[in-house]
Amino acid sequence: MGDLAWIFFSAMVVNNFTLALFLGLCPFMGVSGRIETALRMGLANIFVLTLTSLSVWVLNRFVLETAPYLRLIAFIVVIASLVQIVEMVIKKVSPTLFRQLGIFLPLITTNCAILALAIFTTARGYGLVEGLVFAVGAGFGLALALVLMASIRVNMDLADVPGVARGLALVLVIAGSLSLAFMGFAGLLSSSG
Amino acid sequence: MKTPELLITASPHLAAGDSTPKIMWHVVGSLVPVIAVSSWFFGISALLVVGAALAGALVTERACGQGGTLADGSAAITGILLGLTLPAGLPLWMAFLGGAFAIGVGKIMFGGLGQNIFNPALLGRAFLQAAFPAALTTFPAMGGPWWQFRGDNFALPFLSPHAPDTVTAATALGRMKFEHAGTPLWDLVLGSTPGSLGETSGLVILLCGGYLALRNYLNWRVPAGIFATVAVLAAALHAIDAKYPDATFMLFSGGLMLGAMYMATDLVTTPVTNAGCWIFGASVGLLVVVIRVWGGLNEGVMYAILLMNALVPYLNQWTEPRVFGLKPSRGRA
Repeated sequence: MGDLAWIFFSAMVVNNFTLALFLGLCPFMGVSGRIETALRMGLANIFVLTLTSLSVWVLNRFVLETAPYLRLIAFIVVIASLVQIVEMVIKKVSPTLFRQLGIFLPLITTNCAILALAIFTTARGYGLVEGLVFAVGAGFGLALALVLMASIRVNMDLADVPGVARGLALVLVIAGSLSLAFMGFAGLLSSSG
Repeated sequence: MKTPELLITASPHLAAGDSTPKIMWHVVGSLVPVIAVSSWFFGISALLVVGAALAGALVTERACGQGGTLADGSAAITGILLGLTLPAGLPLWMAFLGGAFAIGVGKIMFGGLGQNIFNPALLGRAFLQAAFPAALTTFPAMGGPWWQFRGDNFALPFLSPHAPDTVTAATALGRMKFEHAGTPLWDLVLGSTPGSLGETSGLVILLCGGYLALRNYLNWRVPAGIFATVAVLAAALHAIDAKYPDATFMLFSGGLMLGAMYMATDLVTTPVTNAGCWIFGASVGLLVVVIRVWGGLNEGVMYAILLMNALVPYLNQWTEPRVFGLKPSRGRA
């Protein structure tokens, strides 16, 4: 139990995918302009990461044992198509949820955070439960970074930012500052003090 | 020309007599005793390092800022505060670079005074910590004549500093974390322990910060929240297992006093509501204890404040007071 909590907390804060490992930066820069969209993107991230973790476990357990060299291609193809299928199912079954997740669901299947999760899960030899906890933790971490960024960007809308720093430049500066702040968590819980 | 019989101006009509420059220069004035004490303990090196950080901040503000912003004193505060968080033996060019980064990236990039999200001085410190981790964690030992340099202050940029004759020492927090050795409380209160320039003497910082709080130039709820949370958590942990440091050690060691009194009360980067200030202070205290006790680093005040700075937009939104006469609205406040 303590192990699972550690995996969750570590993936969410200490090794935050965006702010500590610099993965999944495209949605971080792209859709963090408004809090609403950032929140939905975060939700979609959690959803896809969980699906990814599930499919990675199935692939590793039943398919790739005989052909480990197919790993990368298998991950990409299987995850992308799975998410597409799930998206269609959701559209049919729950239009409300579909509208909540919206365009973000297909967008993030090609995100590097997704592939990174698959590779991390394999490399660390996580089982089904551990993998799922890891995925949800990482998803919450991405959502946290997105929501923090969105609130700061909304606040900066009225600021008198100098011309050179307008737009994406300022977003990068904020991202760097957030990342500096998250360095404080480095090494947290790694040694039971 | 005769004076008009009826003078019409826009509200507010009550003026408190405070202005941004007045508050800022008061803060600078209140930092003078802190600098003096640090120079008492760390000799001429203290003045050199603070001066270099101050110069970096002022030069950048003059070069990149909108005209006339030097006079409001906020760049001076950033420079001095940054200097006070640095160790005495730091090469001066690093301190200068930190001051330039603090103002250039931490403030001007965000649009200047009043619009930055993160505390510029702490951002500069975090930048230096990430760029030069070894230099930032080398603390000279106490003692020695006043005019003796504590380390290689005049190292040239990008050359490795060499100061074979300096004696280094671990800070109180480092000793606690890695050697499980305590430090006498009286040393911590007075400041005669190794550490960053301005963080050692808790007593002087408390007095100077208290003066600002009395004049209402800082919101006393923030430091009160930080101190209360840290004291309660540390006391609880100490009661559970005596290997954790007790409350007085936690309060007076490291940069907690300086951070709580001067960094966490920065008018720009803290919540505007009183309820928000309580939450802000309590959360900083919680993060400080978590990072100090369970983290890989032995000091977490800087990171705790920076992290909470990022949450300030939400704190302001959540604690927004109800407009008089309006019913509380559902959904988005």
